[in-house]
Amino acid sequence: MFSFCADPKSLEGAAWFACYLTSGTHLAMYWSVGTVMLLLALAAPAAMAFGFAGALAARSRAAPLALAGRGYIAMVRGVPDVVFFLFVPIAVDQGVEYLRHLWLCPDWTEPVRRGADFVVCPVAKMPPSTAPRFAHDAWAFALALLAFALVFGAFAANTLRGAIEAVPRAQVETAEAYGMTPAQAFRRVVLPQMWGYALPGLTNLWMILVKATPLLFLLGIQDIVYWARELGGSKTQVYAYPHPDWRVWYFAALLAFYLTLTWGSERVFARLADRLARGQATAAGERLRRGRA
Amino acid sequence: MRSCAESLSAYGLRALGREWGAPLLPRGGDITLCDQIVLIGSGMVWNVYFGVLAVAFGFVLATAVALAKGAPRRALRAPATAFVFVFRGSPLFIQFFFAYEALNLIPKVAGSLDLGFVTITADTRWLTRAWAGALIVLFLNTAAYSAEIFHGALRQVPKGDIEAADAYGLTGWPRFRRIVWPTMLRLAWPSYTNEAIFLFHATTLVFFSGFPAWQQSGDALYYANYFAQQTFNPFVPYPIVAGYFIVATLIIVALMGAVNRRLNRHLPREARPRIRLRPQIVR
Repeated sequence: MFSFCADPKSLEGAAWFACYLTSGTHLAMYWSVGTVMLLLALAAPAAMAFGFAGALAARSRAAPLALAGRGYIAMVRGVPDVVFFLFVPIAVDQGVEYLRHLWLCPDWTEPVRRGADFVVCPVAKMPPSTAPRFAHDAWAFALALLAFALVFGAFAANTLRGAIEAVPRAQVETAEAYGMTPAQAFRRVVLPQMWGYALPGLTNLWMILVKATPLLFLLGIQDIVYWARELGGSKTQVYAYPHPDWRVWYFAALLAFYLTLTWGSERVFARLADRLARGQATAAGERLRRGRA
Repeated sequence: MRSCAESLSAYGLRALGREWGAPLLPRGGDITLCDQIVLIGSGMVWNVYFGVLAVAFGFVLATAVALAKGAPRRALRAPATAFVFVFRGSPLFIQFFFAYEALNLIPKVAGSLDLGFVTITADTRWLTRAWAGALIVLFLNTAAYSAEIFHGALRQVPKGDIEAADAYGLTGWPRFRRIVWPTMLRLAWPSYTNEAIFLFHATTLVFFSGFPAWQQSGDALYYANYFAQQTFNPFVPYPIVAGYFIVATLIIVALMGAVNRRLNRHLPREARPRIRLRPQIVR
Protein backbone atom coordinates (compact mmCIF):
# COMPACT_ATOMS: atom_id res chain seq x y z
CA MET A 1 0.00 0.00 0.00
CA PHE A 2 2.59 2.55 1.13
CA SER A 3 5.99 2.89 -0.52
CA PHE A 4 7.88 2.13 2.68
CA CYS A 5 6.16 -1.25 2.99
CA ALA A 6 8.52 -2.99 0.56
CA ASP A 7 10.49 -4.68 3.32
CA PRO A 8 8.15 -5.26 6.29
CA LYS A 9 10.80 -7.04 8.38
CA SER A 10 12.77 -3.82 8.77
CA LEU A 11 9.80 -1.86 10.07
CA GLU A 12 8.84 -1.14 13.66
CA GLY A 13 6.06 0.46 15.68
CA ALA A 14 3.49 2.59 13.92
CA ALA A 15 4.98 2.08 10.45
CA TRP A 16 4.79 -1.69 10.90
CA PHE A 17 1.14 -1.43 11.91
CA ALA A 18 0.34 0.92 9.03
CA CYS A 19 1.77 -1.61 6.59
CA TYR A 20 0.29 -4.62 8.42
CA LEU A 21 -3.22 -3.19 8.44
CA THR A 22 -3.09 -2.35 4.73
CA SER A 23 -1.64 -5.67 3.52
CA GLY A 24 -3.44 -7.50 0.72
CA THR A 25 -5.26 -9.88 3.05
CA HIS A 26 -6.40 -7.05 5.27
CA LEU A 27 -7.80 -5.20 2.26
CA ALA A 28 -9.71 -8.41 1.46
CA MET A 29 -11.10 -8.32 5.01
CA TYR A 30 -12.28 -4.73 4.56
CA TRP A 31 -14.01 -5.80 1.37
CA SER A 32 -15.77 -8.56 3.29
CA VAL A 33 -17.31 -5.85 5.49
CA GLY A 34 -18.82 -4.73 2.19
CA THR A 35 -20.21 -8.27 1.74
CA VAL A 36 -21.97 -7.97 5.10
CA MET A 37 -23.37 -4.56 4.16
CA LEU A 38 -24.47 -5.87 0.76
CA LEU A 39 -26.24 -8.78 2.44
CA LEU A 40 -28.03 -6.37 4.79
CA ALA A 41 -28.94 -4.04 1.92
CA LEU A 42 -30.37 -6.89 -0.18
CA ALA A 43 -31.81 -9.13 2.53
CA ALA A 44 -33.86 -6.37 4.19
CA PRO A 45 -35.95 -5.47 1.10
CA ALA A 46 -36.13 -9.14 0.03
CA ALA A 47 -37.40 -10.16 3.47
CA MET A 48 -39.89 -7.27 3.37
CA ALA A 49 -41.16 -8.47 -0.01
CA PHE A 50 -41.50 -12.05 1.26
CA GLY A 51 -43.10 -10.74 4.42
CA PHE A 52 -45.60 -8.52 2.61
CA ALA A 53 -46.55 -11.34 0.26
CA GLY A 54 -46.87 -13.70 3.21
CA ALA A 55 -49.00 -11.26 5.22
CA LEU A 56 -51.33 -10.56 2.28
CA ALA A 57 -51.60 -14.28 1.54
CA ALA A 58 -52.36 -15.13 5.17
CA ARG A 59 -55.16 -12.53 5.19
CA SER A 60 -56.50 -13.59 1.81
CA ARG A 61 -60.12 -14.73 1.42
CA ALA A 62 -59.08 -17.56 -0.87
CA ALA A 63 -58.63 -20.53 1.44
CA PRO A 64 -55.63 -22.19 -0.27
CA LEU A 65 -53.74 -18.90 -0.40
CA ALA A 66 -54.50 -18.16 3.24
CA LEU A 67 -53.38 -21.66 4.19
CA ALA A 68 -50.11 -21.22 2.27
CA GLY A 69 -49.45 -17.86 3.93
CA ARG A 70 -50.20 -19.12 7.43
CA GLY A 71 -48.22 -22.28 6.78
CA TYR A 72 -45.21 -20.22 5.71
CA ILE A 73 -45.36 -18.09 8.86
CA ALA A 74 -45.87 -21.12 11.10
CA MET A 75 -43.11 -23.10 9.38
CA VAL A 76 -40.29 -20.88 10.53
CA ARG A 77 -41.55 -20.59 14.10
CA GLY A 78 -40.59 -23.16 16.68
CA VAL A 79 -37.54 -24.34 14.77
CA PRO A 80 -34.08 -22.87 15.39
CA ASP A 81 -33.27 -20.65 12.44
CA VAL A 82 -29.74 -22.03 12.21
CA VAL A 83 -31.38 -25.21 10.99
CA PHE A 84 -32.97 -23.22 8.17
CA PHE A 85 -29.71 -21.47 7.35
CA LEU A 86 -28.01 -24.82 6.96
CA PHE A 87 -30.94 -26.51 5.25
CA VAL A 88 -32.22 -23.97 2.70
CA PRO A 89 -28.98 -23.38 0.74
CA ILE A 90 -28.24 -27.11 0.30
CA ALA A 91 -31.86 -27.94 -0.48
CA VAL A 92 -32.21 -25.14 -3.06
CA ASP A 93 -28.82 -25.93 -4.56
CA GLN A 94 -29.72 -29.59 -5.02
CA GLY A 95 -33.23 -28.71 -6.20
CA VAL A 96 -31.94 -26.35 -8.91
CA GLU A 97 -29.35 -28.87 -10.04
CA TYR A 98 -31.99 -31.60 -10.16
CA LEU A 99 -34.37 -29.50 -12.27
CA ARG A 100 -31.55 -28.55 -14.64
CA HIS A 101 -30.62 -32.23 -14.75
CA LEU A 102 -34.16 -33.20 -15.80
CA TRP A 103 -34.22 -30.39 -18.38
CA LEU A 104 -30.74 -30.69 -19.88
CA CYS A 105 -30.11 -34.43 -19.70
CA PRO A 106 -33.45 -36.17 -20.38
CA ASP A 107 -31.79 -39.41 -21.53
CA TRP A 108 -29.64 -39.80 -18.41
CA THR A 109 -30.76 -43.12 -16.91
CA GLU A 110 -28.66 -43.50 -13.77
CA PRO A 111 -30.30 -42.43 -10.51
CA VAL A 112 -29.37 -39.07 -9.04
CA ARG A 113 -29.08 -40.29 -5.46
CA ARG A 114 -26.57 -43.09 -5.32
CA GLY A 115 -26.25 -44.18 -1.73
CA ALA A 116 -24.48 -41.32 -0.06
CA ASP A 117 -23.82 -39.32 -3.27
CA PHE A 118 -25.81 -36.75 -5.14
CA VAL A 119 -24.78 -36.92 -8.79
CA VAL A 120 -26.27 -34.94 -11.65
CA CYS A 121 -25.02 -34.91 -15.24
CA PRO A 122 -22.01 -32.59 -15.69
CA VAL A 123 -23.85 -29.93 -17.73
CA ALA A 124 -26.46 -29.54 -15.00
CA LYS A 125 -23.92 -28.46 -12.39
CA MET A 126 -24.72 -25.08 -10.89
CA PRO A 127 -22.81 -22.91 -11.51
CA PRO A 128 -21.14 -24.66 -14.50
CA SER A 129 -17.72 -26.07 -13.67
CA THR A 130 -16.18 -23.80 -16.31
CA ALA A 131 -17.51 -20.67 -14.60
CA PRO A 132 -14.97 -18.34 -13.00
CA ARG A 133 -14.44 -18.32 -9.25
CA PHE A 134 -16.48 -15.16 -8.99
CA ALA A 135 -19.59 -16.98 -10.26
CA HIS A 136 -19.20 -19.65 -7.58
CA ASP A 137 -18.93 -16.98 -4.88
CA ALA A 138 -21.94 -15.12 -6.27
CA TRP A 139 -24.02 -18.32 -6.38
CA ALA A 140 -23.14 -19.17 -2.76
CA PHE A 141 -24.02 -15.61 -1.76
CA ALA A 142 -27.34 -15.78 -3.62
CA LEU A 143 -28.27 -19.01 -1.82
CA ALA A 144 -27.39 -17.45 1.53
CA LEU A 145 -29.46 -14.40 0.63
CA LEU A 146 -32.43 -16.62 -0.19
CA ALA A 147 -32.12 -18.36 3.19
CA PHE A 148 -32.05 -15.00 4.98
CA ALA A 149 -35.01 -13.68 2.95
CA LEU A 150 -37.07 -16.82 3.64
CA VAL A 151 -36.45 -16.88 7.38
CA PHE A 152 -36.75 -13.15 8.00
CA GLY A 153 -39.64 -12.93 5.54
CA ALA A 154 -41.69 -15.24 7.74
CA PHE A 155 -41.05 -13.06 10.78
CA ALA A 156 -41.74 -9.88 8.83
CA ALA A 157 -44.98 -11.44 7.56
CA ASN A 158 -46.11 -12.00 11.12
CA THR A 159 -45.28 -8.42 12.13
CA LEU A 160 -46.94 -6.92 9.05
CA ARG A 161 -50.06 -9.03 9.50
CA GLY A 162 -50.33 -7.73 13.05
CA ALA A 163 -49.81 -4.14 11.84
CA ILE A 164 -52.52 -4.42 9.19
CA GLU A 165 -54.94 -5.69 11.81
CA ALA A 166 -53.91 -2.94 14.24
CA VAL A 167 -55.17 -0.13 11.99
CA PRO A 168 -58.51 0.81 13.60
CA ARG A 169 -61.35 -1.10 11.98
CA ALA A 170 -63.55 2.02 12.04
CA GLN A 171 -61.25 3.77 9.58
CA VAL A 172 -61.62 0.97 7.04
CA GLU A 173 -65.39 1.03 7.55
CA THR A 174 -65.42 4.79 7.00
CA ALA A 175 -63.43 4.34 3.79
CA GLU A 176 -65.93 1.74 2.62
CA ALA A 177 -68.80 4.08 3.52
CA TYR A 178 -67.24 6.61 1.16
CA GLY A 179 -67.56 4.01 -1.56
CA MET A 180 -63.98 2.77 -1.78
CA THR A 181 -63.44 -0.82 -2.86
CA PRO A 182 -61.54 -3.05 -0.38
CA ALA A 183 -58.39 -2.68 -2.50
CA GLN A 184 -58.70 1.11 -2.54
CA ALA A 185 -59.35 1.22 1.20
CA PHE A 186 -56.28 -0.92 1.78
CA ARG A 187 -54.07 1.25 -0.45
CA ARG A 188 -55.29 4.63 0.76
CA VAL A 189 -56.15 4.05 4.41
CA VAL A 190 -54.47 0.92 5.78
CA LEU A 191 -51.15 0.99 3.90
CA PRO A 192 -50.04 4.52 4.93
CA GLN A 193 -50.97 3.97 8.57
CA MET A 194 -49.77 0.43 9.19
CA TRP A 195 -46.07 1.36 9.29
CA GLY A 196 -46.35 3.11 12.63
CA TYR A 197 -47.70 -0.10 14.12
CA ALA A 198 -45.22 -2.29 12.27
CA LEU A 199 -42.12 -0.25 13.11
CA PRO A 200 -41.34 -1.61 16.60
CA GLY A 201 -41.51 -5.17 15.30
CA LEU A 202 -39.54 -4.34 12.17
CA THR A 203 -36.89 -2.52 14.23
CA ASN A 204 -36.49 -5.60 16.35
CA LEU A 205 -36.26 -7.72 13.23
CA TRP A 206 -33.59 -5.47 11.71
CA MET A 207 -31.51 -5.77 14.88
CA ILE A 208 -31.80 -9.53 14.69
CA LEU A 209 -30.89 -9.45 10.99
CA VAL A 210 -27.77 -7.41 11.74
CA LYS A 211 -26.80 -9.88 14.41
CA ALA A 212 -27.49 -12.84 12.13
CA THR A 213 -25.04 -11.76 9.42
CA PRO A 214 -22.05 -13.62 10.95
CA LEU A 215 -23.94 -16.80 10.05
CA LEU A 216 -22.69 -16.22 6.50
CA PHE A 217 -19.56 -17.85 7.83
CA LEU A 218 -21.49 -21.08 8.46
CA LEU A 219 -22.51 -21.08 4.83
CA GLY A 220 -18.89 -21.12 3.74
CA ILE A 221 -18.70 -17.53 2.56
CA GLN A 222 -15.51 -15.60 3.22
CA ASP A 223 -17.04 -13.01 5.51
CA ILE A 224 -15.48 -11.03 8.32
CA VAL A 225 -15.58 -13.95 10.73
CA TYR A 226 -13.59 -16.02 8.26
CA TRP A 227 -10.99 -13.27 7.85
CA ALA A 228 -10.77 -12.60 11.57
CA ARG A 229 -9.92 -16.24 12.20
CA GLU A 230 -7.61 -16.36 9.21
CA LEU A 231 -5.65 -13.16 9.91
CA GLY A 232 -5.68 -13.39 13.69
CA GLY A 233 -4.02 -16.80 13.95
CA SER A 234 -0.35 -16.71 14.89
CA LYS A 235 2.02 -16.11 11.97
CA THR A 236 5.57 -17.50 11.96
CA GLN A 237 8.64 -15.81 10.52
CA VAL A 238 7.78 -17.33 7.11
CA TYR A 239 5.08 -14.67 6.76
CA ALA A 240 5.77 -11.07 5.88
CA TYR A 241 4.18 -9.88 9.12
CA PRO A 242 4.91 -12.41 11.87
CA HIS A 243 2.86 -12.02 15.06
CA PRO A 244 1.53 -14.20 17.89
CA ASP A 245 -2.10 -15.30 18.16
CA TRP A 246 -4.10 -12.08 17.83
CA ARG A 247 -7.53 -13.59 17.19
CA VAL A 248 -8.91 -12.19 20.41
CA TRP A 249 -8.19 -8.64 19.15
CA TYR A 250 -9.78 -9.34 15.81
CA PHE A 251 -12.92 -10.62 17.49
CA ALA A 252 -12.88 -7.64 19.83
CA ALA A 253 -12.86 -5.45 16.69
CA LEU A 254 -15.81 -7.42 15.29
CA LEU A 255 -17.70 -6.93 18.55
CA ALA A 256 -17.03 -3.19 18.34
CA PHE A 257 -18.18 -3.17 14.69
CA TYR A 258 -21.48 -4.85 15.52
CA LEU A 259 -22.06 -2.70 18.60
CA THR A 260 -21.59 0.43 16.48
CA LEU A 261 -23.94 -0.93 13.86
CA THR A 262 -26.73 -1.74 16.34
CA TRP A 263 -26.20 1.52 18.22
CA GLY A 264 -26.44 3.54 14.99
CA SER A 265 -29.51 1.59 13.86
CA GLU A 266 -31.23 2.26 17.17
CA ARG A 267 -30.83 6.00 16.69
CA VAL A 268 -32.04 5.93 13.08
CA PHE A 269 -35.11 3.91 14.03
CA ALA A 270 -35.89 6.21 16.94
CA ARG A 271 -36.03 9.15 14.50
CA LEU A 272 -38.07 7.14 12.02
CA ALA A 273 -40.57 6.25 14.76
CA ASP A 274 -41.01 9.96 15.52
CA ARG A 275 -41.46 10.72 11.84
CA LEU A 276 -44.15 8.05 11.44
CA ALA A 277 -45.99 9.12 14.60
CA ARG A 278 -46.38 12.68 13.33
CA GLY A 279 -50.04 13.55 12.81
CA GLN A 280 -51.28 10.12 13.94
CA ALA A 281 -54.15 9.78 16.40
CA THR A 282 -52.01 7.82 18.86
CA ALA A 283 -50.32 8.55 22.17
CA ALA A 284 -46.95 9.02 20.44
CA GLY A 285 -48.48 11.37 17.86
CA GLU A 286 -50.20 13.35 20.60
CA ARG A 287 -46.92 13.71 22.50
CA LEU A 288 -45.23 15.07 19.36
CA ARG A 289 -48.08 17.55 18.80
CA ARG A 290 -47.88 18.80 22.39
CA GLY A 291 -44.10 19.02 22.17
CA ARG A 292 -44.26 21.31 19.17
CA ALA A 293 -47.05 23.53 20.48
CA MET B 1 -26.95 -53.11 8.77
CA ARG B 2 -27.54 -52.26 12.40
CA SER B 3 -30.90 -52.83 14.01
CA CYS B 4 -32.55 -50.00 15.86
CA ALA B 5 -31.77 -51.60 19.23
CA GLU B 6 -28.10 -51.80 18.28
CA SER B 7 -28.06 -48.13 17.27
CA LEU B 8 -29.65 -47.23 20.56
CA SER B 9 -27.05 -49.08 22.62
CA ALA B 10 -24.17 -47.82 20.48
CA TYR B 11 -25.16 -44.16 20.19
CA GLY B 12 -27.84 -43.54 22.83
CA LEU B 13 -25.40 -41.67 25.08
CA ARG B 14 -22.62 -41.07 22.56
CA ALA B 15 -22.93 -37.30 22.93
CA LEU B 16 -21.53 -37.54 26.47
CA GLY B 17 -18.21 -38.79 25.19
CA ARG B 18 -16.37 -41.63 23.54
CA GLU B 19 -16.58 -43.89 26.60
CA TRP B 20 -20.36 -43.76 26.62
CA GLY B 21 -20.97 -45.62 23.37
CA ALA B 22 -19.33 -46.70 20.13
CA PRO B 23 -16.03 -44.81 19.76
CA LEU B 24 -16.55 -44.06 16.06
CA LEU B 25 -19.59 -42.44 14.48
CA PRO B 26 -21.30 -44.29 11.62
CA ARG B 27 -19.96 -43.27 8.23
CA GLY B 28 -21.20 -42.85 4.65
CA GLY B 29 -23.45 -45.61 3.35
CA ASP B 30 -23.45 -47.36 6.73
CA ILE B 31 -25.77 -44.74 8.22
CA THR B 32 -29.30 -45.92 9.03
CA LEU B 33 -32.34 -43.81 9.83
CA CYS B 34 -32.25 -45.11 13.42
CA ASP B 35 -28.62 -43.98 13.75
CA GLN B 36 -29.66 -40.48 12.79
CA ILE B 37 -32.64 -40.33 15.13
CA VAL B 38 -30.70 -41.82 18.07
CA LEU B 39 -27.50 -39.83 17.66
CA ILE B 40 -29.24 -36.49 17.08
CA GLY B 41 -31.42 -37.27 20.09
CA SER B 42 -28.36 -37.97 22.22
CA GLY B 43 -27.00 -34.60 21.13
CA MET B 44 -30.09 -32.96 22.64
CA VAL B 45 -28.53 -33.74 26.04
CA TRP B 46 -26.15 -30.83 25.45
CA ASN B 47 -28.90 -28.46 24.32
CA VAL B 48 -30.85 -29.28 27.48
CA TYR B 49 -27.74 -28.93 29.66
CA PHE B 50 -26.86 -25.50 28.25
CA GLY B 51 -30.46 -24.34 28.18
CA VAL B 52 -31.43 -25.36 31.71
CA LEU B 53 -28.27 -24.17 33.48
CA ALA B 54 -27.98 -20.90 31.55
CA VAL B 55 -31.63 -19.99 32.21
CA ALA B 56 -31.41 -20.99 35.90
CA PHE B 57 -28.24 -18.99 36.64
CA GLY B 58 -29.21 -16.24 34.22
CA PHE B 59 -32.48 -15.68 36.06
CA VAL B 60 -30.66 -14.71 39.26
CA LEU B 61 -28.18 -12.39 37.56
CA ALA B 62 -30.93 -10.87 35.40
CA THR B 63 -32.92 -9.87 38.48
CA ALA B 64 -29.86 -8.19 39.97
CA VAL B 65 -28.99 -6.41 36.72
CA ALA B 66 -32.58 -5.27 36.20
CA LEU B 67 -32.62 -3.75 39.69
CA ALA B 68 -29.26 -2.08 39.08
CA LYS B 69 -30.48 -0.71 35.76
CA GLY B 70 -33.45 0.91 37.49
CA ALA B 71 -31.41 2.13 40.44
CA PRO B 72 -31.33 5.87 41.18
CA ARG B 73 -27.57 5.79 41.67
CA ARG B 74 -25.53 6.26 38.52
CA ALA B 75 -22.69 4.08 39.77
CA LEU B 76 -25.07 1.11 39.68
CA ARG B 77 -27.03 2.12 36.60
CA ALA B 78 -24.15 2.71 34.20
CA PRO B 79 -22.44 -0.71 34.45
CA ALA B 80 -25.79 -2.51 34.23
CA THR B 81 -26.79 -0.52 31.15
CA ALA B 82 -23.40 -1.18 29.53
CA PHE B 83 -23.63 -4.91 30.30
CA VAL B 84 -27.07 -5.16 28.70
CA PHE B 85 -26.00 -3.11 25.67
CA VAL B 86 -22.87 -5.18 25.00
CA PHE B 87 -24.63 -8.53 25.18
CA ARG B 88 -27.79 -7.48 23.37
CA GLY B 89 -26.05 -5.33 20.78
CA SER B 90 -23.63 -7.88 19.40
CA PRO B 91 -24.18 -11.28 17.82
CA LEU B 92 -24.01 -14.28 20.13
CA PHE B 93 -21.97 -15.96 17.42
CA ILE B 94 -19.20 -13.37 17.76
CA GLN B 95 -19.47 -13.47 21.55
CA PHE B 96 -18.70 -17.19 21.43
CA PHE B 97 -15.66 -16.65 19.23
CA PHE B 98 -14.40 -13.81 21.36
CA ALA B 99 -14.91 -15.70 24.62
CA TYR B 100 -13.14 -18.76 23.30
CA GLU B 101 -10.10 -16.77 22.22
CA ALA B 102 -10.07 -14.70 25.40
CA LEU B 103 -10.32 -17.80 27.60
CA ASN B 104 -7.46 -19.35 25.63
CA LEU B 105 -5.40 -16.26 26.29
CA ILE B 106 -5.91 -16.08 30.06
CA PRO B 107 -3.56 -18.95 31.00
CA LYS B 108 -0.84 -17.43 28.82
CA VAL B 109 -1.13 -13.93 30.27
CA ALA B 110 -2.09 -14.63 33.85
CA GLY B 111 -1.31 -18.34 34.06
CA SER B 112 0.84 -17.92 37.13
CA LEU B 113 0.14 -15.15 39.54
CA ASP B 114 3.25 -14.21 41.53
CA LEU B 115 2.27 -12.80 44.91
CA GLY B 116 5.87 -12.50 46.15
CA PHE B 117 5.70 -15.13 48.82
CA VAL B 118 3.57 -17.65 46.91
CA THR B 119 2.97 -18.32 43.21
CA ILE B 120 -0.57 -19.28 42.25
CA THR B 121 -0.73 -21.31 39.08
CA ALA B 122 -4.29 -21.44 37.87
CA ASP B 123 -5.20 -24.13 35.43
CA THR B 124 -7.89 -22.41 33.40
CA ARG B 125 -7.85 -24.73 30.41
CA TRP B 126 -11.16 -26.27 31.41
CA LEU B 127 -12.71 -22.86 30.67
CA THR B 128 -11.96 -23.28 26.98
CA ARG B 129 -14.04 -26.44 26.83
CA ALA B 130 -17.60 -26.00 25.59
CA TRP B 131 -19.30 -27.32 28.75
CA ALA B 132 -17.84 -24.46 30.79
CA GLY B 133 -16.91 -21.66 28.38
CA ALA B 134 -20.03 -21.76 26.23
CA LEU B 135 -22.17 -22.04 29.34
CA ILE B 136 -20.64 -18.84 30.72
CA VAL B 137 -21.35 -16.97 27.48
CA LEU B 138 -24.93 -18.27 27.29
CA PHE B 139 -25.45 -17.42 30.95
CA LEU B 140 -24.27 -13.82 30.52
CA ASN B 141 -26.19 -13.48 27.27
CA THR B 142 -29.52 -14.66 28.62
CA ALA B 143 -28.95 -12.58 31.77
CA ALA B 144 -28.66 -9.46 29.60
CA TYR B 145 -31.77 -10.23 27.53
CA SER B 146 -33.80 -11.21 30.60
CA ALA B 147 -32.56 -8.16 32.52
CA GLU B 148 -34.05 -5.95 29.81
CA ILE B 149 -37.38 -7.78 30.11
CA PHE B 150 -37.35 -7.58 33.92
CA HIS B 151 -36.33 -3.93 33.80
CA GLY B 152 -39.34 -3.18 31.59
CA ALA B 153 -41.59 -5.12 33.99
CA LEU B 154 -40.20 -3.30 37.04
CA ARG B 155 -41.25 -0.02 35.46
CA GLN B 156 -44.76 -1.38 34.95
CA VAL B 157 -45.31 -2.37 38.60
CA PRO B 158 -48.48 -0.44 39.54
CA LYS B 159 -47.89 2.61 41.70
CA GLY B 160 -50.86 1.65 43.87
CA ASP B 161 -49.25 -1.68 44.84
CA ILE B 162 -46.17 0.10 46.16
CA GLU B 163 -48.25 2.74 47.98
CA ALA B 164 -50.31 -0.03 49.57
CA ALA B 165 -47.09 -1.75 50.69
CA ASP B 166 -45.94 1.52 52.24
CA ALA B 167 -49.27 1.87 54.00
CA TYR B 168 -48.80 -1.58 55.55
CA GLY B 169 -45.36 -0.55 56.75
CA LEU B 170 -43.45 -2.75 54.34
CA THR B 171 -40.12 -1.28 53.28
CA GLY B 172 -36.82 -2.35 51.79
CA TRP B 173 -36.22 -6.05 51.34
CA PRO B 174 -39.62 -7.32 52.58
CA ARG B 175 -41.40 -4.91 50.24
CA PHE B 176 -39.29 -6.06 47.32
CA ARG B 177 -39.65 -9.76 48.08
CA ARG B 178 -43.37 -9.75 48.82
CA ILE B 179 -44.76 -7.04 46.56
CA VAL B 180 -42.43 -5.79 43.81
CA TRP B 181 -40.72 -9.01 42.82
CA PRO B 182 -43.84 -11.21 42.40
CA THR B 183 -45.54 -8.48 40.38
CA MET B 184 -42.45 -8.01 38.24
CA LEU B 185 -42.34 -11.74 37.52
CA ARG B 186 -46.04 -11.81 36.75
CA LEU B 187 -45.74 -8.98 34.25
CA ALA B 188 -42.53 -10.27 32.69
CA TRP B 189 -43.47 -13.92 32.45
CA PRO B 190 -44.97 -14.07 28.92
CA SER B 191 -41.89 -12.31 27.47
CA TYR B 192 -39.58 -14.34 29.66
CA THR B 193 -41.08 -17.55 28.28
CA ASN B 194 -40.15 -16.42 24.80
CA GLU B 195 -36.66 -15.56 26.00
CA ALA B 196 -36.27 -19.07 27.41
CA ILE B 197 -37.33 -20.60 24.09
CA PHE B 198 -35.09 -18.20 22.23
CA LEU B 199 -32.12 -19.13 24.40
CA PHE B 200 -32.85 -22.81 24.00
CA HIS B 201 -32.71 -22.42 20.24
CA ALA B 202 -29.50 -20.43 20.56
CA THR B 203 -27.78 -23.38 22.23
CA THR B 204 -27.45 -24.89 18.75
CA LEU B 205 -24.78 -22.28 17.99
CA VAL B 206 -22.32 -23.58 20.58
CA PHE B 207 -20.54 -26.15 18.46
CA PHE B 208 -20.74 -24.03 15.33
CA SER B 209 -18.62 -21.25 16.69
CA GLY B 210 -15.48 -20.96 18.78
CA PHE B 211 -15.89 -24.04 20.88
CA PRO B 212 -14.72 -27.22 19.13
CA ALA B 213 -16.46 -30.52 19.76
CA TRP B 214 -14.32 -32.87 21.84
CA GLN B 215 -14.18 -36.53 20.73
CA GLN B 216 -17.03 -35.93 18.29
CA SER B 217 -19.46 -35.36 21.12
CA GLY B 218 -21.61 -32.39 20.23
CA ASP B 219 -25.16 -31.14 20.33
CA ALA B 220 -28.11 -32.13 18.13
CA LEU B 221 -27.25 -29.75 15.30
CA TYR B 222 -23.62 -30.86 15.33
CA TYR B 223 -24.71 -34.44 14.58
CA ALA B 224 -27.31 -33.32 12.05
CA ASN B 225 -24.65 -31.37 10.21
CA TYR B 226 -22.36 -34.40 10.40
CA PHE B 227 -25.03 -36.63 8.83
CA ALA B 228 -25.86 -34.06 6.14
CA GLN B 229 -22.19 -34.00 5.17
CA GLN B 230 -21.81 -37.78 5.31
CA THR B 231 -24.93 -38.64 3.32
CA PHE B 232 -25.19 -35.52 1.13
CA ASN B 233 -28.85 -35.55 2.06
CA PRO B 234 -30.09 -32.65 4.19
CA PHE B 235 -33.71 -33.80 3.94
CA VAL B 236 -33.44 -36.37 6.74
CA PRO B 237 -31.22 -35.02 9.55
CA TYR B 238 -32.44 -31.39 9.61
CA PRO B 239 -36.14 -32.27 9.85
CA ILE B 240 -35.18 -34.65 12.69
CA VAL B 241 -33.53 -31.77 14.60
CA ALA B 242 -36.53 -29.60 13.84
CA GLY B 243 -38.82 -32.30 15.24
CA TYR B 244 -36.81 -32.61 18.46
CA PHE B 245 -36.82 -28.85 18.90
CA ILE B 246 -40.54 -28.51 18.33
CA VAL B 247 -41.13 -31.11 21.05
CA ALA B 248 -38.68 -29.36 23.38
CA THR B 249 -40.33 -25.99 22.68
CA LEU B 250 -43.73 -27.45 23.59
CA ILE B 251 -42.28 -28.78 26.86
CA ILE B 252 -40.84 -25.35 27.72
CA VAL B 253 -44.18 -23.71 26.96
CA ALA B 254 -45.97 -26.23 29.19
CA LEU B 255 -43.53 -25.71 32.10
CA MET B 256 -43.52 -21.93 31.83
CA GLY B 257 -47.29 -21.95 31.41
CA ALA B 258 -47.62 -23.82 34.73
CA VAL B 259 -45.48 -21.17 36.43
CA ASN B 260 -47.57 -18.47 34.75
CA ARG B 261 -50.75 -20.00 36.16
CA ARG B 262 -49.22 -20.12 39.63
CA LEU B 263 -48.08 -16.47 39.41
CA ASN B 264 -51.54 -15.34 38.33
CA ARG B 265 -53.63 -17.63 40.55
CA HIS B 266 -55.08 -14.68 42.50
CA LEU B 267 -56.53 -13.05 39.39
CA PRO B 268 -59.94 -13.77 37.87
CA ARG B 269 -59.60 -16.16 34.99
CA GLU B 270 -60.23 -13.66 32.23
CA ALA B 271 -57.69 -11.16 33.59
CA ARG B 272 -54.81 -13.63 33.50
CA PRO B 273 -52.29 -12.82 30.80
CA ARG B 274 -51.85 -15.60 28.29
CA ILE B 275 -48.48 -16.65 26.99
CA ARG B 276 -48.29 -15.89 23.31
CA LEU B 277 -45.59 -17.72 21.48
CA ARG B 278 -43.39 -15.19 19.73
CA PRO B 279 -40.23 -17.10 18.95
CA GLN B 280 -37.34 -15.04 17.72
CA ILE B 281 -34.35 -15.84 15.67
CA VAL B 282 -30.62 -15.81 15.97
CA ARG B 283 -29.31 -13.41 18.51
